[in-house]
Amino acid sequence: MITLTHFLVVSACLFCIGLYAVLAKRNAIMILVGIEFIINAAILNLVAFGRYDKINYGGQIFALFAIVLAAAAVAVGLAIILNVYRKYNTINPENITDLRD
Amino acid sequence: MELILFYAFAALALGSALLVVGLKNTARALFLFFVVLFAMAGLFIFALADFVAITQIMVYVGGVLILMIFAFMLSNKELLADLQNSSSKFLSLPNWQSLLLSIGFLIAMVYGVIEWQENTPRWITENINNKQIIKSTDNNIQQLGIKFMTQYLLPFEVISIFLLAALIGAAHLSRKEEIK
Repeated sequence: MITLTHFLVVSACLFCIGLYAVLAKRNAIMILVGIEFIINAAILNLVAFGRYDKINYGGQIFALFAIVLAAAAVAVGLAIILNVYRKYNTINPENITDLRD
Repeated sequence: MELILFYAFAALALGSALLVVGLKNTARALFLFFVVLFAMAGLFIFALADFVAITQIMVYVGGVLILMIFAFMLSNKELLADLQNSSSKFLSLPNWQSLLLSIGFLIAMVYGVIEWQENTPRWITENINNKQIIKSTDNNIQQLGIKFMTQYLLPFEVISIFLLAALIGAAHLSRKEEIK
């Protein structure tokens, strides 16, 4: 039986790797991958705590909700990235400074 | 034995996540993202959440990752060149700052976990005493289905409508614009 602390430390590490990807990468697709890392760390926490909640199954159910939310976010995010690329010819977020033309 | 396997999966996940962040080639990083998601699914199984692990593999590896690779391969070749130009300097100033920030976050969170460990929340200890924790012999999937259709029916419907709206929105955003 693996204790809760192991899961929490692993998910903290994964969260920080995702945070680094979001902050340091200059490619919008890699930033999206970083956001996925952060969401996965959160799901790992939900699942690890959900093991102690047999009455409601809250952790696992909301982990499933979080997976669905992440999938929707990626679909919309990639569509936005493709549109931005079509308009600006770059996906480096530092170069995209105009709001409208 | 279980602990060794857990450490192996954790090392696989964290190591390939570090490689994803460190690699300069976006295509390789995306394929390594596969490995991270599979290893995370393995970690979910260690928390006795088998259905979540299967969903992770089906939704992420089957949906999200294919979508990302499609978007990456269908867009222009300049995306690769763009990335390589901008990150040519090793550890330029923004990289350094974000490294500092994320290591600070890591230290804060690990310190919080260690502090938290001593006083476990009351509901966890109560559930352990009442034998209400999930065991490896339980039939999780059946219980999850019952919960979805009874206790969590409203969030389930809301998330369905949300997913439909998001997919329609994505399809609308990514079509070719003909009208001015």
